[in-house]
Formats: sequence, structure tokens, C-alpha cells
Amino acid sequence: MADLTHFTLSEARDGLRARDFSARELTEAHNAAIERARPLNAMALETAEHALSMADTADQRIAKGDGGLLEGVPLAIKDLFCTDGFRTTAGSHILDTFVPPYESTVTANLWREGAVMLGKANMDEFAMGSSNETSYFGPVENPWRRPGDNRPIVPGGSSGGSASIVAARAALAATGTDTGGSIRQPASFTGLVGLKPTYGRCSRWGIIAFASSLDQAGPLTRTVRDAAIMLSAMSGHDPKDSTSANLPVPNFEAVLGGDVKGLRVGIPSEYRMDGLPAEIDALWQQGIRWLEDAGAETREVDLPHTKYALPAYYIVAPAEASSNLARYDGVRYGLRVEGDDLIDMYERTRAEGFGAEVQRRVMIGTYVLSAGYYDAYYLQAQKVRTLIARDFQTAFEGVDVLLTPTAPSEAFATGDKSDDPIAMYFNDVFTVPASMAGLPGISVPAGLSQAGLPLGLQLIGKAFDEEMVLRVAEALEDAAEFNAEPDTWWETST
Amino acid sequence: MSLDKATVSRIARLARIRVADEDLERLGNELSNILGWVEQLNEVNTDDVPPLTSVVEMQIPQRRDAVTDGAYRDKVLGNAPESEEGFFVVPKVVE
Amino acid sequence: MIEGATGRWEIVIGLEVHAQVVSEAKLFSGASTAFGAEPNAQVSFVDAAMPGMLPVINETCVEQAVRTGLGLNAEINRHSVFDRKNYFYPDLPPNYQISQYKQPVVGEGMVTVDLEDGSVCEVGIERLHLEQDAGKSLHDQHPDATYVDLNRAGVALMEIVSKPDLRNADQAGAYIRKLRAILRYLGTCDGNMEQGSLRCDVNVSVRKPGESLGTRCEIKNVNSVRFVQQAIDYEARRQVDILEEGGEIEQETRLFDAERGVTRSMRSKEEAHDYRYFPDPDLLPLVLSEDYIEAIRADLPELPDQKKTRFVESLGLSEYDAGVLVTEKEVADFFERVADGRDAKTASNWVTGDLFGRLNDAGQGIAESPVSPENLGGLIDLMADGTLSGRLAKEVFDEMFTSGRPASAIVEERDLKQVSDTGEIESLVDTVISDNADKVEEYKAGKDKLFGFFVGQVMKASQGKANPKVVNDILREKLG
Ligand SMILES: [Mg+2]
Ligand SMILES: [Zn+2]
Repeated sequence: MADLTHFTLSEARDGLRARDFSARELTEAHNAAIERARPLNAMALETAEHALSMADTADQRIAKGDGGLLEGVPLAIKDLFCTDGFRTTAGSHILDTFVPPYESTVTANLWREGAVMLGKANMDEFAMGSSNETSYFGPVENPWRRPGDNRPIVPGGSSGGSASIVAARAALAATGTDTGGSIRQPASFTGLVGLKPTYGRCSRWGIIAFASSLDQAGPLTRTVRDAAIMLSAMSGHDPKDSTSANLPVPNFEAVLGGDVKGLRVGIPSEYRMDGLPAEIDALWQQGIRWLEDAGAETREVDLPHTKYALPAYYIVAPAEASSNLARYDGVRYGLRVEGDDLIDMYERTRAEGFGAEVQRRVMIGTYVLSAGYYDAYYLQAQKVRTLIARDFQTAFEGVDVLLTPTAPSEAFATGDKSDDPIAMYFNDVFTVPASMAGLPGISVPAGLSQAGLPLGLQLIGKAFDEEMVLRVAEALEDAAEFNAEPDTWWETST
Repeated sequence: MSLDKATVSRIARLARIRVADEDLERLGNELSNILGWVEQLNEVNTDDVPPLTSVVEMQIPQRRDAVTDGAYRDKVLGNAPESEEGFFVVPKVVE
Repeated sequence: MIEGATGRWEIVIGLEVHAQVVSEAKLFSGASTAFGAEPNAQVSFVDAAMPGMLPVINETCVEQAVRTGLGLNAEINRHSVFDRKNYFYPDLPPNYQISQYKQPVVGEGMVTVDLEDGSVCEVGIERLHLEQDAGKSLHDQHPDATYVDLNRAGVALMEIVSKPDLRNADQAGAYIRKLRAILRYLGTCDGNMEQGSLRCDVNVSVRKPGESLGTRCEIKNVNSVRFVQQAIDYEARRQVDILEEGGEIEQETRLFDAERGVTRSMRSKEEAHDYRYFPDPDLLPLVLSEDYIEAIRADLPELPDQKKTRFVESLGLSEYDAGVLVTEKEVADFFERVADGRDAKTASNWVTGDLFGRLNDAGQGIAESPVSPENLGGLIDLMADGTLSGRLAKEVFDEMFTSGRPASAIVEERDLKQVSDTGEIESLVDTVISDNADKVEEYKAGKDKLFGFFVGQVMKASQGKANPKVVNDILREKLG
């Protein structure tokens, strides 16, 4: 049955509908694959039994002919989405006993469409990280390794568990969240498609907040078509989220299968940064040629404030996080470490409950909001953010979509950057600007590095124009013909 | 930008994170590095630029005034480290 | 003014009133606001700040704030912003309060306050903003634990900040009462201080007249007008004493200890507060259209000042009576129902005289009055048509207050109907005249004072039921 895990999501969906196999068979195959993939440490919680009961329900619905968009499709859910009755930790010690009595809107939408939950995916603590090394549950490994080299490679982050488990063919797709690149960068590092929708496209209700003005849920999948299907199921207006856009959900899959003739693709010159590895620049140039060959027109555009996006992000996101994470105080849920008095209890709980990177960001955020510093840091960053958003608006007057690299490097070895926060932050240098402007972005696997690791290219679209992003992504996908898979070293490691 | 120990200690206190004295200096250096790096934003002329309030152009949605939620005390208290007689319990607060 | 050893000191007072908005559900969640529920029985996941929960604003709370702003003659801001005020406290679940900081929904306004001595003072309103209430910490349930009830957490409050325009405890008291009356007229806050629907933070400083403002202390959460006044008097005296001894006032937050009548420093003051306000990224700016504001304005009820003017100008009441009647909306409503279709002055006299007297003695408010406005109106009608004399009416009123029954029933049962029949009275007069021939002689000889004696005799003979006017007329005629 191992073959059942090698379908794309759309193939599996079609096979289920055609009754080639049952949801139970498909789920059993994935439960087994998840078990075999334990060496990757990609899952924070496996819910095999629950998955089977969901699969049985799906089989009944399929039999009656009233299945949803994802009926019977097994997924992994990033452990940032609250799941009713299933422990949800955000990768943090401070929440490692937390069982939400409610279901996030995005996951509720997925279950409504018939999807099956295989379990909760490991992640960087509170989604703060770009290598999935900050989880309280330990680092996640990338299924990819450099050929002939046993050193563990990071899957990227913060949706590293989601990326790793899908890349390992143990889930057909996974949910992720992206605040500054946390879907796109891991997709690039693991040879997957990762889509961050427009801010407001997916409800944030029930997703543990990192930075409220930036957080967006989105899918990690093996194909652009799968991303389109997932996005249709995940998104939609939610009256419980004041920042949720009241727009109809397009059938994103329906825009696929066309071409990109005559579309205008912008190439932002500011993304051609000093020190960008030559192979990444080469891949980017290749991407430009692919789209030109497919009939699109490319042109240089200017995004003059690009270099300020990352430092502005590292003010805004920690500021919001410092406030969002104040609720983890040992009073109503999660870890409590007793102290001499209330304040001591708070301080011990948070010192023990939060890892080093979370503490660092909470303190940076506290500092930049504090009396006397607000104007110089937070306010200035939000003004710069306005300029970044304006840059994109201007650029989109002349083009339909932008093409850039997803990340400035291939996946690196575990431990390589964990001592240098700023070096780690540079992972998101190409993904953060679109996040700051709330725009949709997708990473499409485009090739292998010289070391044999996947590399992605990013497309950025206008607000709520995921359809355009997906169309062009499909063209890129067709041209790149990326079909490499990692060796299944983890299957034999035990 | 270099944060002295007293500043780090004040920030940690505001953030309610216990930091041991011997860690203040190391943490101060780490934070200073990050702050020093973000300060390049000062190069940007933002005169007459309004701060971004929201990336979505929409009106704040408003709910109807109706009781639609609450009334599930067991669920609210279900994850509490300590509760008694329907209350959350915390170490004594002296005002 | 305080007379100190070094001369006179002026007290400068500003009030921050937290008024609970009248609404079914909380400001940012759908949980109930009803008073008196079991602990934590009205708490949503949003109120408990569970992970991933988000606020959505209640439209009625916004409307109530705008209505209140209009009632305070204040500027309504077309664009306002919700900010997070960050501080850790166990009854504040997210450890930030959603409030409005730099851009409140309501700007400057003005309240006219009538003082006891008949003078009027104008108190400026600095701003009104919407914010969430915190939960309740109970410190006395357990020797070494604090119990937390989040039922109030997230209930909408209007924080109404006055300018430092108040100069003594009396003015402060009158201001709070006036503000409360306006809120009740508007229906935006029930003003119930015992249940905590209206709480005051009192800012007090002292200075020598003409000098610039002194350092102020904020006395938190005082929950009755009397306590506010006691707190002001105590605090002002405390500050004067310190200053006169050469000390300095430390800006701090203090608590009022009602049992001892003193203010004392809060222990938590050692915490340097740094609230790190920033716009709440979970919410968008609140933008109000002209049409929206005008629709609320068009729908405003008559407010105390307008009502008072109407009572004076259209109903002919005295300034004083009108002022007394409009102080409480319930009283004004009661009066208007009594006065409906009747002589307004008579109605006013009954309400402010006999009714208030009895209610005061009984320690009751107008809402508990055993005499309904309809029944009081009925009593006045019986006087107007001559059925009851003034004296009988008072007797009947007393019984109405005791029994709650209508005047007509009491009159019927006790056969108290005034006798106005001239034939019947004439025969009584004849009897009195013939029984008192000597007095008649004296009267005719010029002893006019005896007229009252004859009236009394006739009334007595009628057991008080004779219409005094008719008795007078007939006596005058018969005695010549
Ligand atoms: Mg205040
Ligand atoms: Zn307040």
C-alpha cells in the first residue's frame, strides 16, 4: 500500500471519488508512513485513531456521493491551529499540556470539506524561527540530505514539521502559517509548494497568534494544483476575525490549466542582493526565461524600500508578539511554575516556559514599545511599512506578478545558524516584504542546488489576487518539472 | 545601541521573564546587536508618512448586541493549573 | 479652599468616571453582561484570552458611546483607534486591556452642574473612550490565594475624563450626580454605584491660588458619591499637611479605605508602570460616518437641562422645583405622568412635598413608591372637582401611601366625599347659628374674628366633609 502515499493530493482526491481506494486505506497508509517518519521529529502529536474514524466518516459520505472538496484526504496540521480536544502546543513548553476546547476556523473548514487529521506538526516555538530548531519538542529534520552526507539538514521554519512530513510523503498536504516567510521558506527548503495567501484571506480565529498584523494560514503541498484545492477549503470570511476579508472564495483550482501568455512579470532589482549565492541567482534567471518562454513578458521593477523590510519586520513582529504572548502567565492554562508570590510565579513560569528565541523576541518587543522608544522604533517601523506597501502598489501598476527567489540559500545543516539570530533572520529577506504589505506569495520548487538540495522561486501577487499567483506558479511548475524526491533514509534508520 | 544590565533587567521585569543576574550581560549583548541592526531604519525619511494601520482596506466589522457565547465554565476552567469553587486561583495579591 | 498654617490652598480635582455601558453582551465577545451570575459563568474563550481568540466589537456599545458623547455636548471623532494597554494582572486575562489612547471615540465636551447654593458650574469633559472592564479578584476567600472571577472581564466601559475644573468635594459630588443623571436619561449606563456600574478615579492636587498645578495623586475605584467626597477632603488635607511641613507630593495611585475614611498608598506602586500602548492589530480603526452620528443625534431623548427649561417655561414651575424634579430621570418621568392633563404646579407640589416626604421617611426611592403616578393624579382630580378638600386629600394620601390603593376607593370606602350640596350645608349653618345666638350677636357687633369659629363649628358638624368654600359663602350670606 506504500504507493498510496505517493499521490498528489488531487490524484488522491480523484482516486477516492472514483472509489479506486477508500479513505480508510489511504489513511492507514499515511498513519504508517507517519510512524516510520518519526526520526524526522516532524509531528508533535499523532492522532492515528482519530484519523481512521474521520476516514470512515469520509468513506460513508463518498459512498453517498456528498463528499466535500477534501473528502477523505489525510493532512497534517501545524501545531499552531487549535484543535478541539487535541493538545495544541505552539511548539512551546508553556502550552505543552494545553487542550483547546474549540476548533480553529481554518481547521473546521478543512473538516467540513471532509479532510482527515493525521496529527499535529512540530514547529518553531510560537512560530519564531526559520529552521525549526526552537521547538520545545526538539528540532525537526528535513527529509532531504546532501547526497553522501549524513548531517541533518533543517527543514526551514517555522512550519518545518508541516513541510517535512509532506516532503517525506507521510501526509498529502499540511497547513502552515506564515508571518514573515514561515510557509514559503520551508517549502523552498523541502521541495514543496508553499502558499501564503493575502492577509485576511484565511481566518486567524483559533490560530495561536505570533504577530497579528502579519500572521496568515496557508497550505504546504506537492503541487500548485494541490495548493489551489487546499486554499479553497481553508479560506473564507469569518465574522469571528475582525481582519477577515468579506469576499467570496473563488474556486482556485478552476484558474489552472491555462497559460501565461501576455502576462507581465516584474523582476524587482533590489532583490539582487550582495552575497546572493550564484546558483540562486542562476535559478532566478532560469525562472525568468521559463516564464518568457511560456509567453509572459518580464520587466525590471523597483521596490526601493526592500532592504528595510527585514529590520522593520523585526520591530513590528516582536512588538506584537510581546503583547500577544503576555497571556501565557500560568493562570488560566498551560505551565505554571510556583514562586514566592504572584509576580515571581509569572516570571518563573515565563522563564521556564519560553525558549531562548521567544524570550529574546518578547524582550525586543517590550523594549521597542516602551516609554521613550515607541516613536523611534515601533512608529518608525510602521511608517517604513507604509512605504514598503506603497512600493508594491506602484510596482503592480505595471505588472501582474513579481518573481523572486524564495530564500537566499539552500537548506543548511542543523546548528549552522542557531548562534547568530541576525544571520537566521536573513532567511526571510525575500519573503518578509510581501508579508509586511499583506500580499499573497507562493514558493514553487524550481530545482536542486549543486549540493543536491531543493530550491524554490517565489511569486508575489496583488492583494486578493491568489488566482494570478497560482496561474503563474503553475507555469513555473510546468517548466521546472521538479520531481526529485528525498531518499527515504529515515525509513531504515530504526 | 548598547543595553546596560539595568535596562535589560527593567525590560525583563516588564515582560515578566525572570533573568538571572549572570545572564543579564549576555542577553544585553544579544538584544543590543539586534537593536543596533534594526536602527538602520533611521536612514529612511518618513516625514509626512503615516504609520500603516492595517494592510487590509476595510471597515471594522461590528457584531450585533446579543448573548451568543460564554456559559461554559467547565471549558473555561478546564485547562487551569489551579481552580476552586469555580474561580481561577493565583498566589495572594496584595494591593 | 483649605485654610492651612501658611494660608489658603486651592484644591484641584479631576474625575475619571468608569461607566458600564448598557448592553446585553460584552464589548468584544458574545458573553452576557448580566449582574450577579455564578463565578466564571459568563466568560467566553475570548474573555479568558484563550490562545487564538480574537475580538469583534459590539455595535451597540459603539452607539452607546456616541450617544453619551452627544449627551455631553462633546465632539464625536470620526476616526478613532483601539489600543492595547499592556500590564500584568490576574483579572486581566490577556494581560493587556483594549482601550483607546491617542484617538478616543469622543473628544471635548461640557457638563453644566447645579450646585446646592443655586449657583452653576461648568465642568469640561476632556474625552470619553471605550474600553474593557477587568475581572474581579477576591482576596478574602482564602488566606494565601486570590480567587479570580472573569464575569466582568470584557464588559464595555466608557471612561469619561473631566478636566481639572472641580474645586471642592461638593462640586465633585454634584458633578457625579449630574453625569449619572445624563447617563440614565440617555439609557447608556444604569448608574448603579453599588453594583459597580459607575466607579470613579479621583485626581487630587493642591496649590496656592494662582500657582500652577501641583503634583496629583490618583485615588482609584471609589464607588459612592459620599466616599468620593470623603476621599477628596482627606487627600487634600493630607497633601496640604505634607507641603506645609516642607515635604513633596509623590505622584502615586492611592486607595480609599472606606472604613477608616482615609486614602492610602497602593503597595503595587513600586511597579513602575509602562503600559506600552500600541494600536491593537486585531482590530481596525473605528470610522463613523456623518449619517451615523446624525441618526443617533436625532434619536436623543430630552436631557435634564432641556427638561428643566421646559418645566419652567412651559409648565410654569419654579427653577428650584424644576431642578429638583429633573435630577433623577425616574422622578421626572413620575412627575410628568402625574402632571399629564393636570395642573403642573399642583402635581409638582404633591411630588416634591408630600410624596418625597413620605418616601424619605420610609427610606425609599421613587421606583418603590406605593403611590403610583396614576393614583396620585387621581387624588389631584378629586380635589379639582371638589370631591376632596385639601385636608381630606392629605388624609387620603396618607392612606394611599400605606395601602397603595387608589384615592377613589379610599374615599368611597370611608365615605369621605366632601359635601358641597348647598341645601345640606345650609341646614347645618342654620343649626350652628341658632345654637350660638350669643356669638352671632358679638359677631354682628363687629367681632369679625368669630367668623372662623362659625366655619369650624359647621365643619365639625359635617365631620369635616363640608366643602369649606361653600360653608364660607353661606355663612357670609346668613350672618350678613
Ligand atoms: Mg484611567
Ligand atoms: Zn479606564
